[in-house]
Amino acid sequence: MNIYSAISANKWKTWLIIVLFVVFLTTVGFVFGKAEGNTWGFTTIALTIAAFSSIGSFYFSDQLVLASVGAKEIQEKDNPTLFHTVENLCIGDGLPTPKIYVMDTDAPNAFATGRDPKHAVVCVTQGLLTRLNKAELEGVIAHELSHVKNFDTRLMAVVAVLVGAVVIMANLFQYQMFWGGFRRSRDDNDNGNIQLIFLAIGIIFAILSPIVATLIQLALSRKREYLADASGAYLTRYPEGLASALEKIEKYKEPMPQVSNSTAQLFIENPLTGKNAGGWLANLFDTHPPIEDRIRILRSM
Amino acid sequence: MIVWIIIIAAVVFLGFVLYNSVIAAKMRVGEAFSQIDVQLKRRTDLIPNLVETVKGYAKHEKEVFEEVTKARAALVSAKGVEEKAKANSELGNTLKSLFAVAEAYPNLRASENFSALQEELSDTENKIAYARQFYNSTVMDYNTKLATFPTVIFAQMLNFHPAEFFAATDAEKKEVNVKF
Repeated sequence: MNIYSAISANKWKTWLIIVLFVVFLTTVGFVFGKAEGNTWGFTTIALTIAAFSSIGSFYFSDQLVLASVGAKEIQEKDNPTLFHTVENLCIGDGLPTPKIYVMDTDAPNAFATGRDPKHAVVCVTQGLLTRLNKAELEGVIAHELSHVKNFDTRLMAVVAVLVGAVVIMANLFQYQMFWGGFRRSRDDNDNGNIQLIFLAIGIIFAILSPIVATLIQLALSRKREYLADASGAYLTRYPEGLASALEKIEKYKEPMPQVSNSTAQLFIENPLTGKNAGGWLANLFDTHPPIEDRIRILRSM
Repeated sequence: MIVWIIIIAAVVFLGFVLYNSVIAAKMRVGEAFSQIDVQLKRRTDLIPNLVETVKGYAKHEKEVFEEVTKARAALVSAKGVEEKAKANSELGNTLKSLFAVAEAYPNLRASENFSALQEELSDTENKIAYARQFYNSTVMDYNTKLATFPTVIFAQMLNFHPAEFFAATDAEKKEVNVKF
């Protein structure tokens, strides 16, 4: 496939996953509500909680992430080469120049965050700056800028909120089961048997849904990594730069201690393990697609 | 009766949406073109500084200074894509001569001012290249909208014309000779 079809294929598939996710979320809410005996009231309470927590995370997530990894902002005079690289790539993509941060760690890695291109942040590690040459650095920065441009950074925040909503609803349902007991359903059409069926389904959902939601979130994250690779290669018109950068990043085996599970998915390559540890199940929970695949796709463009 | 109204309303609405997307694409092309000018201006602004610095060490190379200043003025007053492209390559040539002249003066080459200006000029050339690349991207997007269904239907009717890509002139495409 060429650069252009990679971009459109990923965009299409991603929208499909989002639709499935929203349908899943609504079904879960409805089932819990029916099992409770109070179909809509339960769902609205849970979604209200999710809404309030999400607004906070939408506006402040970038500051939280930067503080948690200990990154420092740099200006043009601190590192003109890095600054110009970012600035020039932004000109090539019609983006405003984001804030640039550097993490003081030897592991080579990078991430982008922020709710839209006007409020974006790009962060690289010291280890990345010392190991990569100019073409490779451009490839990585172009990949991160693509995340910003494609609104991945906002999307990941929104999806995290949806996952949070599912988890909150599952927890609420479980608490209600232990402490609240059940009312006879207020809906005139229901009878006791149907309520029991929904109760059984509700219990299964309560156990499975956080897991499924997390899996969907991770799948979304993986598709978006391929899309960012493709968009970044389109920007630099030089996919080999990112390909050889990924090779160098893969070689580094030490995990980054200051990164948590939730921030790990923002990085260009999984910062928590140096290499893809074992089989199919581990791959399902990995925040990033296999590096060999990404390099192979880039080199075939 | 109601069904007809709904269908017509939907078609009209679709027309609005498509028309607006073509207009938006056209506006982006205009903006991207102006952004190239922003970078060109940055470069022309650097030139007087550069000339003064070189003059400080190489007073007698009057010819080269005159050429550079003339080419710069020509670029500032050029209008339209083609004229600007020609004036730009002219300026590029004179700058090459200026730097060739500077090679003969080791004190000049060693001065911090000169190397900082060289850096800035080289960075500006990169910025100009990226601005052109982005301009071409917006032109491709706009031209594609004009040529594809369904916007192609009213594009001709409403007199939308494709924009021109930025292309290197023949002089720019020639091989560069570097002599030491």
